[in-house]
Order: sequence, then structure tokens, then C-alpha cells
Amino acid sequence: MAVAAARALVPELVVLPRDEAAERQALDGLAGWAWQFSPQLSLRPPRALLLEVGASLKLFGGFDALLERLRSGVTGLGYQAVLASAPTPLGALCLARCGRDIHVQTPDELRRVLVPLPLSLFDWDSAVLDSLQGMGVRRIGELLRLPRDGLARRFGAATPGYLDRLFGRLPDPQLPYALPQTFRRCLQLPAEVETAAALLFALQRLVQELCGWLTGQGAGVQRLAIRLHHREGQGTQLSVGSGRPGRDAGLFIELLRERLTRLVLESPVTGVELYADQLSELHGCSGDLFGDSRKAAPDLIDRLRARLGGNSVHGLDTVAEHRPERAWRYCEPGTAQQPVAALYRPLWLLPVPRRLQVRDGRPCLQGPLQLQPDRERIEAGWWDGEDIRRDYFIAVNAAGSRYWVYRELTGERRWFLHGIFE
Amino acid sequence: MNTLDTLMQQRADLWRGGELSTTTHTVSTGFAALDEQLPGGGWPRGALTEILLTRVGVGALRLLMPALAALSRQERWLNWVAPPYLPYAPALAAAGVQLSRILLVHPDARQDGLWAVEQSLRSGTCSAVLAWPVIDDTGTLRRLQLAAEAGDSAGFLFRPGHMAQRPSPAALRLQLDSDARGRLSVRILKRRGAHRTTPLLLDPDHVHPLALHTPAATAAGGIQPQRH
Repeated sequence: MAVAAARALVPELVVLPRDEAAERQALDGLAGWAWQFSPQLSLRPPRALLLEVGASLKLFGGFDALLERLRSGVTGLGYQAVLASAPTPLGALCLARCGRDIHVQTPDELRRVLVPLPLSLFDWDSAVLDSLQGMGVRRIGELLRLPRDGLARRFGAATPGYLDRLFGRLPDPQLPYALPQTFRRCLQLPAEVETAAALLFALQRLVQELCGWLTGQGAGVQRLAIRLHHREGQGTQLSVGSGRPGRDAGLFIELLRERLTRLVLESPVTGVELYADQLSELHGCSGDLFGDSRKAAPDLIDRLRARLGGNSVHGLDTVAEHRPERAWRYCEPGTAQQPVAALYRPLWLLPVPRRLQVRDGRPCLQGPLQLQPDRERIEAGWWDGEDIRRDYFIAVNAAGSRYWVYRELTGERRWFLHGIFE
Repeated sequence: MNTLDTLMQQRADLWRGGELSTTTHTVSTGFAALDEQLPGGGWPRGALTEILLTRVGVGALRLLMPALAALSRQERWLNWVAPPYLPYAPALAAAGVQLSRILLVHPDARQDGLWAVEQSLRSGTCSAVLAWPVIDDTGTLRRLQLAAEAGDSAGFLFRPGHMAQRPSPAALRLQLDSDARGRLSVRILKRRGAHRTTPLLLDPDHVHPLALHTPAATAAGGIQPQRH
């Protein structure tokens, strides 16, 4: 029916253009996710997926359990699906095409179920189907009563061959799906999104697909890269990461949630893209004896970094250096080597020493400072051009605050505050 | 044994007036004079301690060092959220703290800072959290206290001295200052036990106590410190 005719019948009709590339991508994504259930997988575009599950039944706890997981997983990804099963691939395809969830175990049962169904379930040339219809053959049962050699003469040897493969009399090898090595999935949003928090829903679906794909691969990722597409201009890049490779969808979603609360969108988002390429091998862990254990929470450091930024959490370490401002460094938390022996040093250091006023020849900080008699002279750093020559003192002011101050031994001989004995 | 005695032995939040609460979930401060004045003989764990300061450089961090050194030998983090200056690694190492247990968190915004403190307290992966928060309301303090209980963390909040007049749900409140001779004066504003009015004087560079301010005053105040 032409669009104009349809609009004449229903004036309020909304017509959307068909996006075949997006359909193919969605099928690919679903195949990647379904790989965790069976590696014997093939695509039947535009909208069917074939899985050979006989070998997976024991791992997933039986046919019903596997079916339930498939069904809930597919629904969780946002698709509506019909799941049907049969002893042969063509049988399963035909049953799924008729729109109801039917499951048959033997070729005889398959034959019984197929008999009353229309011939259009077979994906044959429309010319063949039309001429069969012209002969009065509309149901599969009627076709099966026709003589084989008659069919072969009229429509070619492929026709009885199809029936043989349908009922398992001939083998029917399928083209296996080749799983891509990296994961890149785009999702067009049905409406423009203005707030970052609303993106979480779309990203959740992509993360579920990713984690299914990772499970199938036996791999994990540490870092997810996300790109937000806007109507115009460059996309926005985001990434979240975890300290350890993993494939727990819940953990990544928690980290994304933290990351998104900080994000301010400059323009509305029309699509989201998820990309992961650096996979690490991650073998499965055995299940908990008592069923579903408590969901593991993401690491505190991962969560802090997701929300506050990757550069906001550090560890501390000492460095074997005489120059006080270099006797420490940031490091990755938990990795400090602590090479230096103890010295008398203040607990607070000012990263940039503060110049002190001098009155009556004494440095002042909220009042004149009283210097204790012990002085520490530090002369170091001539080997890399950042040399210092300073005399360090412990100083107390009238209120009782104790400071670590120094005087330059060269140049203007200025006084500075470098630390506080808190 | 009557029920009241049993109840008081079992619960850390019940005590007789004139005595200290019988909790044992504490970490020793390293200063015997201070330990004697604190319920359970140390800093409360799974709770908040507020340290109120009117000036820098009096020795507030040095007061914490023995306890932090002990906590750093556990498997959990010592988390410093948005400190006002840089914690100096050589000095921390000299005080006996295991540097590999230290976490430094630098949030940009104040709200993020409070979020980071709450998450760290609640996570259960930090043995202590040190923070310098700007808090105006007791509701936030209550949340932090509950987070510390949930995560079994010792929370140490450093706040300006004038906050002493505002009420707070923290388990322990200390006001620190320097006395005329440069010693650290510790005034206990609130503890789970009888009120104490006179300050303690400590020398934080030596981890053994000076004599109490005036022994006569403590007896007159009717304080019987519990011994464990």
C-alpha cells in the first residue's frame, strides 16, 4: 500500500523512515549480547537470531531457566521478542515467525504444529508462493501432501531440499556469527535529552549489552568510553573506569550514575555511543553457594574518582631528597614505598612557601615570631639547577602557634613560611 | 545483678551521671592522661569526634598521630578529605603512619567535599576519615555521625572554635588551644559521660603524659574514670 493511500485511510498516521543500518546494528548488538548463552549463533536479518542451545542447557540449569534468562535479558535491553525452539534451525525460525512462543521437541511434533500454519512462514520467493497460492495451496499441510518430484520439477530441487532441512532429514549448517573484537554501539534517543541524569536509562541498556558481550568473550574491561551526540557540533566525550577489569553491569552503572551527576550538558543530546576496546582476560568466578550474593559495590576510590574526577584521589609517598618541597610525592593509593628515614618535620607543608614580613629584623606572622635556637641548614640541588640554600628554624608566635620557617642564604635573604607544626 | 546494671554494661550510650560510658570500641590516643578522660580509654570508633580550633599550629594533628599510626596498621584507609594544607609525608612517616594506607581526596566544590566525607565514612573501607568541612546545620552532622556508625569509621572533623556554641551530635567534642607556655590545652566539651570543666595540658611531642592540670580539681568534680 502506498503511503498516500494509507494516509487517506488514516489521516493521523505518523510515518517514520526505516533505518536499515540501525536495524542491522541493533541485531549485531543483540548477537554480541546473546553470545554468552551459546557460541553457535547466526544472524537472520532483518530481525531474527538463531542460537543452538543444546550444548548450553546444563550450564544454564535446564531449558526453562535458559529461556527465562534470555527472555528477561532481551526485554531488559529494550526489545520485544518472540522466542521459539525446534529441533532444526528452519523449524525454529518458522515457529518464531508466526508470532507466538512455541517450543517443540521432535520433528513429528514440529510437523503437527506446522500443518495448519500459512505457507508465508517459509522465506521463499514471492513468485513461488504466489503460484502455489494460485494452485490453491495456502497451508503448510497442503504443501506437504504434494508429491516431491512434482514440486522439484515445478519449482526446482531447492524446494524439497528446504522441506528436508526443515524436518531434519538433511543437515542444515548455519553461517556462524563472527564476534567483533571491540564493542562499539550507538543508540539514537527517541527524543532529545536535556539533563544528564536522564541519559542513564539509555546508557544502562548499552552497558547491559556490553557486559553480555564480555561474558561471552570471557573478558573484562577497566575503562568505558562514552560519546554523546548533539544536533550540531562535536560530541561530548566521557569516560568511567575502575581499578580492576570487570564485567558487572551494576558496578559500571553505579560509576556512570556518579559521573553523570557532575555533568552539565551544553546542548541537548540526540544519541549515545559506548565504546570499549581494551579487554583483559577475566575468567568467570564460581557462583555463591547460597544463590545470589549481595551485589558488590564499586570500590570507594573508583566512586570518588567517577564523581570528583580522575585526578582527585591520591596516595602519598616520601622521596629521598634534601629539598623539603621535593621530599614527598603523590602516588597511586596503596603503593607507597616510604624509603626515607625519620626527620623532625612539620605535619603541614605549604606547597608554595609564603613570604613573611620582617619587622625589627624579626619575621612576623600574626605577631613577631620567636625563633628557637636550633637551626637546620639545607643546601642542595646544585646538580639539577634547582638549588636551594636555606636555614630552617622552628618559630613560635605570641599566641602559641608553631611554624617552620626558613631564611634564604643567598640573594635577598628573605624569610618564608614553609610548614606548620600542627 | 539488677537490670539497670546489666543494661549499662551492654549499652555504650547509657551511663550513670558522674561516670563515663562503658564502651570498648575505641582506639587509644597514645596519651594516658587523655585516655583516662575518654570513655573506653580512647578516640571513639564508629562515631564522630569534633576538634574545634581557634588557631593553627597548636598540635591538633600531633594529638591524633599515635592513634592514626595504630589505625594505619589495619587493612583500611586513612582518608584525608580536602585538608587545608599538604599533609607532609616525611612527617607522617616519622610519626609511625604507614603511608600506603593514606588516601588524599581533593574535591573542587564544597558539596562534593561533604559527599566525599559521607561516602568514605559509610563505605566501611576507611578506618579513619579526617575532614575540614564547612557545616552550618546539625542535620548534616547527624548524617555524618550515622555514616560513621554504618561504616565503623572514626570520623575526625576539624572545625572553627566558634562552633563550640552550636550543638552537635558528635560523640566527642574537644576544643584545642595553646597555653601561655606553648603546651597544648585540651578542653573536653562533650563526651559520653560526666561533664568535665578543667582542661588537660599535654605536650604533643612526647607521647607520654604531663601531670594533670590540678589533681584536686578532678576529684572535686566527682569524676571516676573507668579502667579497663
